[in-house]
Amino acid sequence: MSTQSLEKEFAKIAGQENVLTQEADLHAYSYDSAVLDQVRPGIVVRPADSESLGKVVRLCNEHGLKLTVRGAGTNLSGGTVPHPGGVVCLTTALDKILEINQDDLYAVVQPGVITAKFAAQVASKGLLYPPDPGSQAVSTLGGNVAENAGGLRALKYGVTKDYVMGIDFFDVSGNLVRTGARTVKCVTGYNLTGLMVASEGTLGVFEKIILKLVPPPKAIKSMMAEFDNVQAASETVSSIIAAKIVPATLEFMDNFTIKTVENFRGAGLNTEAAALLLIEVDGHPAQVEDDAAQIVDICNAHGAVKVRQAENEQERAAVWQARRDALPALARVRPTTVLEDATVPRSKIPAMMKALERIADEFKLTIGTFGHAGDGNLHPTILTDKRDVQEWERVHKAIDAIFDEALALGGTLSGEHGIGLAKAKYMHLEHGTAAIEYSRKLKEVMDPGNILNPGKILGTLLS
Amino acid sequence: MADIKQLADKLKELDDLLTRCMRCGMCQAQCPVFARTGRETDVTRGKLALISGLGRKMLSDPEQVKERLERCLLCGTCQVNCPSGVQVSDIFLRARAIINGYLGLSRSEKIIFRSLLTHPGLMNRLVSFGALFQGLLSKEADSTIGTSCARFNVPLSKERHFKKLAAKPLHKQVKSLDSSTGSSGLRVAFFPGCITDKIFPETGLAALKIFKHHEVGVYMPEGQACCGIPALSAGDSKAFSSLVSMNVQLFSSTQWDYLITPCATCTSTIRNLWPEFHNGDLGMVRPEKVMDATQFLMDVLGVEPADIQENQKKIAYHDPCHLRNSLKITTQPRSIISAAKGNAVVELPGGPSCCGSGGSFNIKHYELSADIGRQKARDIAASGAQVAATACPACMLQLSDMLSKENISIPVKHVLEIYAQSL
Repeated sequence: MSTQSLEKEFAKIAGQENVLTQEADLHAYSYDSAVLDQVRPGIVVRPADSESLGKVVRLCNEHGLKLTVRGAGTNLSGGTVPHPGGVVCLTTALDKILEINQDDLYAVVQPGVITAKFAAQVASKGLLYPPDPGSQAVSTLGGNVAENAGGLRALKYGVTKDYVMGIDFFDVSGNLVRTGARTVKCVTGYNLTGLMVASEGTLGVFEKIILKLVPPPKAIKSMMAEFDNVQAASETVSSIIAAKIVPATLEFMDNFTIKTVENFRGAGLNTEAAALLLIEVDGHPAQVEDDAAQIVDICNAHGAVKVRQAENEQERAAVWQARRDALPALARVRPTTVLEDATVPRSKIPAMMKALERIADEFKLTIGTFGHAGDGNLHPTILTDKRDVQEWERVHKAIDAIFDEALALGGTLSGEHGIGLAKAKYMHLEHGTAAIEYSRKLKEVMDPGNILNPGKILGTLLS
Repeated sequence: MADIKQLADKLKELDDLLTRCMRCGMCQAQCPVFARTGRETDVTRGKLALISGLGRKMLSDPEQVKERLERCLLCGTCQVNCPSGVQVSDIFLRARAIINGYLGLSRSEKIIFRSLLTHPGLMNRLVSFGALFQGLLSKEADSTIGTSCARFNVPLSKERHFKKLAAKPLHKQVKSLDSSTGSSGLRVAFFPGCITDKIFPETGLAALKIFKHHEVGVYMPEGQACCGIPALSAGDSKAFSSLVSMNVQLFSSTQWDYLITPCATCTSTIRNLWPEFHNGDLGMVRPEKVMDATQFLMDVLGVEPADIQENQKKIAYHDPCHLRNSLKITTQPRSIISAAKGNAVVELPGGPSCCGSGGSFNIKHYELSADIGRQKARDIAASGAQVAATACPACMLQLSDMLSKENISIPVKHVLEIYAQSL
């Protein structure tokens, strides 16, 4: 089918103003936040209601058009980089919160709802939606579910998948499949909801998502602990958990990141510290007091140079400003920022930190590391300039080495960014060929024409 | 037409600035245009990708890029909030100049920038001529706000509720001033700016009354030219430079301590863009001497908020983007409002945001501009204020239009007018 007649077909479904075919528009959908080559789609469509969304999927399938669904395009693994000449379907117009149910603690949303806006709406009703990915100010819930996004609170509250109660999605033929329920318990049939989470747009197109809400904690306490060696900081993390305390958030920053953040904000961080732990406990006020006191003791017992507790909202904000500054500060050091999310069992953090140091030396690269120490999810951040061809080669080798190391330590390729295009080639290393083969068969049956976000997760093994 | 390779080479000069964008997409949370359209080409990341794509010859149609680059208010909110510190405004202005240098200006842009703006005398005569006849073409829309709308279907006016050209512009009421330093020991150069002069002379008169009250000497020469922002943002760096030169010459002929404007846009243009984009000499007009009027009143003259009284009048203050983002001025205008006895500032629900004016953006993309502005009008109404105040005449035009159209009969005033009334 010619582009022109295709454009007409899409315009019939979504309206002419919601179909983009000009070179400049297509160029603007040839990337996401991953540092990967740009791939230009053939057409971009922005359906404004779910009926049109279903029709778009059906039309793509009928004509064998490769379909990539895109929300905010903040994906860090290339999950929303389109297939060459394929279709990009935007969910930015499907942005309605359909229901926030305060009696049964759930909400129903369209996939294009922005995470932070949703969280704010939920908060205004006195409830909490815990997943808080770093990109929440712009990311969409559909994208969060498709990538199974994490966040700072994941240690205690879990990641996106722990809050998805049901998903209505279009199968490749455009039939609406309803999964899950609005009930806390639901054990009917295959867990198709679970299958959809983290499927990165390869198995279906989300129409509606049912999300679990929880009561917010009554009290919160934050603190910052400085250490003069990474080993001691890492052991502190393990000891806190071993003491049966699960903080809401337990974040780590290495010396390079501390120095960079201090250079950026000048907020008075100790640039001599080898590592910082930023810790927040929440829950019942009495328990919070108790947990916080125990954590201070544990930090001191592991030789913390200093532990600062936030006494008020302003001091609490200062603690988290330091953490929020980590990426912006690092991003300003060199032109290109490659943010990885290799994850290891938390007891292996010291080993992983050592390995990262070795990898930085071996490939002559600058790597700043921060991240979610409590759940073992680190963000080694390579600061580079992709225009320097030789250095860029070394970056690729370093990334391979980082994932080799994470897997060798019993870790995983991704704690929260997904697999997309960037990490598809490593998948068999983590899961073995049988898992890839099983997934491949599943994909083949569900999407015989292989139109749903091809090349993602399972990579070249598929085609 | 020049070779497209030359265009690419020129744009390559921006490469160091462009590669700083890590494409995180956080600008989506800041952009008022993207919030309306949800399109990647309407947000900074997309525009940077287009400029970069053109520079790398991944794109072949500069016209399409130009069109999309124009869909930006230049409000600077993305730049202030960019995690990687990308110099967005710089890149956009430079890219517009480069692309327009390649494509050439449109006929109407040529007339406006090359023949009108750069000839202030001619411009003034034309505007006076227009002021004579505007009554025939327009009718009253809202008497409190002082807006009119078109009697007939006139292309540019569309469904605007506009403020008419002043019957007597400021330069006709006060031709020029050259008063000496009073008890304050200070003398300022006063640059009213085009919109103050031609549409809101009362703002200019308020400023002059304030200077007199505080015994500040004023140098206000005749024949002032536009600050140049319309030309620069349309990519006409030639017209921009000749406007800057004309003004520099006028203001460098005598001594003064500060150059003061009542216009957020003029201040940020003179302070930030003249040194950045004008190749010639800036004479006396050094950035550190250029100041917004409300900042001058508070930071230099030391005007302080008055005591709280009963039944204070509620004034909603709208932060002009050029003050808030480019100059980081937010407390001074609020303090000057509260310095006027009997007035209290109320904040807008949802916090500061662009009113959607964006200068020529309002002319080229009126519906989008109005879409953004209508929300601002509703926010002002929701604040329960009796007066809407701001510190930028361009914002005043937009607020007047939007309040009038939403049938929210609240007068729009410059902060200086409110303060001057209390003296």
